[in-house]
Amino acid sequence: MTLKSNLKNILLVIFATLILSACSTAKKTGDIDGDVYTGKETVEFLAAGVPDRVFFATNKSSLTTASRATLRKQATFLRKNKNLNVTIEGHADERGTREYNLALGERRANAARDYLMTYGISGKRISVISYGKEKPVNPKSSPLAWSQNRRSVTVKVN
Amino acid sequence: MKKILFTLLFYFIFLIKSFALIEVDITRGNLDPLPIAVSPLHVDVKSDNFKDLKVKELGENISEIIEKNFKNTGLFNPLKKDAFVQKPDIAHLKPRFEDWRLIKAQALVTGKLLIKNEKLKVEFRLWDLTAAQEMTALAFTTTPSNWRRVAHIISDKIYERLTGEEGYFDTRIIYVAESGPKSQRIKKLAIMDQDGSNTKYLTLGNELVLTPRFNPTNQMVTYMSYFRNMPRVYLLDIETGTQEVVGNFPGMTFAPRFSPDGTKIIMSFAKDGNSDIYTMDLESRVVERITEHSSIDTSPSFSPDGKFIAFNSDRSGLQQIYVMRSDGSNVKRVTFGKGIYGTPVWSPRGDLIAFTKMHKGRFYIGVMRTDGTGERLLTENYYQEAPSWSPNGRVLVFYRETKAGDKGEGFTAKLWSIDITGYNERKLSTKTDASDPSWSSLLSK
Repeated sequence: MTLKSNLKNILLVIFATLILSACSTAKKTGDIDGDVYTGKETVEFLAAGVPDRVFFATNKSSLTTASRATLRKQATFLRKNKNLNVTIEGHADERGTREYNLALGERRANAARDYLMTYGISGKRISVISYGKEKPVNPKSSPLAWSQNRRSVTVKVN
Repeated sequence: MKKILFTLLFYFIFLIKSFALIEVDITRGNLDPLPIAVSPLHVDVKSDNFKDLKVKELGENISEIIEKNFKNTGLFNPLKKDAFVQKPDIAHLKPRFEDWRLIKAQALVTGKLLIKNEKLKVEFRLWDLTAAQEMTALAFTTTPSNWRRVAHIISDKIYERLTGEEGYFDTRIIYVAESGPKSQRIKKLAIMDQDGSNTKYLTLGNELVLTPRFNPTNQMVTYMSYFRNMPRVYLLDIETGTQEVVGNFPGMTFAPRFSPDGTKIIMSFAKDGNSDIYTMDLESRVVERITEHSSIDTSPSFSPDGKFIAFNSDRSGLQQIYVMRSDGSNVKRVTFGKGIYGTPVWSPRGDLIAFTKMHKGRFYIGVMRTDGTGERLLTENYYQEAPSWSPNGRVLVFYRETKAGDKGEGFTAKLWSIDITGYNERKLSTKTDASDPSWSSLLSK
């Protein structure tokens, strides 16, 4: 067997192990799917049926299917209330360095903003601010609390 | 500050080029600290009173500060004074070496002071007891209210003589003082002497403030503030209290640090979900973009020669440390170990980069060579980050947080220091909870 095919085999095994371990960690426990919060606790509403926040996985700023559904409701609400402006606050959990978390919060808030904009809301109506890990909604040091804190929150400004 | 910073009148009494028998190796963890006797400084009976200063106790108080400084290095073992065998004034003239050796001391510090016409005159001598000779002697004059700094300067001189390295006692630490419940923390800029005394608050706590850093060449500070809910980098003169926003950026600026010559601020600017690194020249106000990448680029830190920048980026997927030339070219990833890496800070000696590492839910402070090799993890804990170097590059100060319960109870944030040998970890005394420490340069240099 050549060295090359040997390496290939090793890589395949590593890859398979990674997939397996990824499956075993991505468990659904209560209000957390993967490590994205899916529950109702801490959520407030911009109007009836319009949740104010979406949640993120650790170190990620991509929007889940549920987050996109929430943001579409926000977009519909903002289209109906044309004089309303909002600020999107981006947040991170406490398990990361402060400066990186400031950047991550900014990226999360902008992910939500971009999505609202693709649904026809003018960027001029949406300002963005990152608080990094400075304003946890749940002060507990637990995976559930951290999942609730990895969020972007749409706040009415007028 | 210049008013507080005093004019030190140094003059050497006499300096013997002796070959000393004692020396302290600070490159390894020292498990056998040098026994040192610090005699109280003799207070001249002709001394005047000065304001509310307890002049009679001043010699004792100065020696206690020196002892505390030495003890905190982990390199020295200051001996108990009740075993001392000679009066301070007599020992200062010429110690009976064999008597001091009897109490197992290897080095002896003696001194005397006089307050006259609102001036404090201090002299001290360091004696090598084994070789039975004087190692160094120094006298200086200052205003009496500077007596604590006198103790720190004496400590620095002795540390330098015994270790061959510059000291770090006549320094200050700026940090963020924290109070209130975890989800509504009140944060103020605070400054204290390196030993925890003279705490002063520089902001009132009305707005969130983060990451203060000293200019290595003067008493300016750069930090981040949410003043008027606009997260921006500020410049603060701690002498006058004046502050200003750095640059005219349309979005969040953060993670500021000075260049080693103090003429520029390097920081991140975040816009539209992307953070890149910029510098601003403080005099010309010219802004330069250093990185241009769709990933997060933050936590920049110059090498002491100004030629390179270490920074934090997630361009490979997760947070890693990169090094580039100061013009942004030649970007190289340097961390490849297990876990993710943040907060690179270049040592003032230039040889190492300190960092925070996160792996399997644990946080580490470590050092590595500037090409990423030779990684050494110094301390592991539940949460800790943000190392800052002592000006001689031998000690790191950082902050550590504890786990919080259901309502956030049990949460604390404290400053800690550790030698780069990995030994001598200790908690700094702060009046409140504390985070984001930054160590100043030596004040009298």
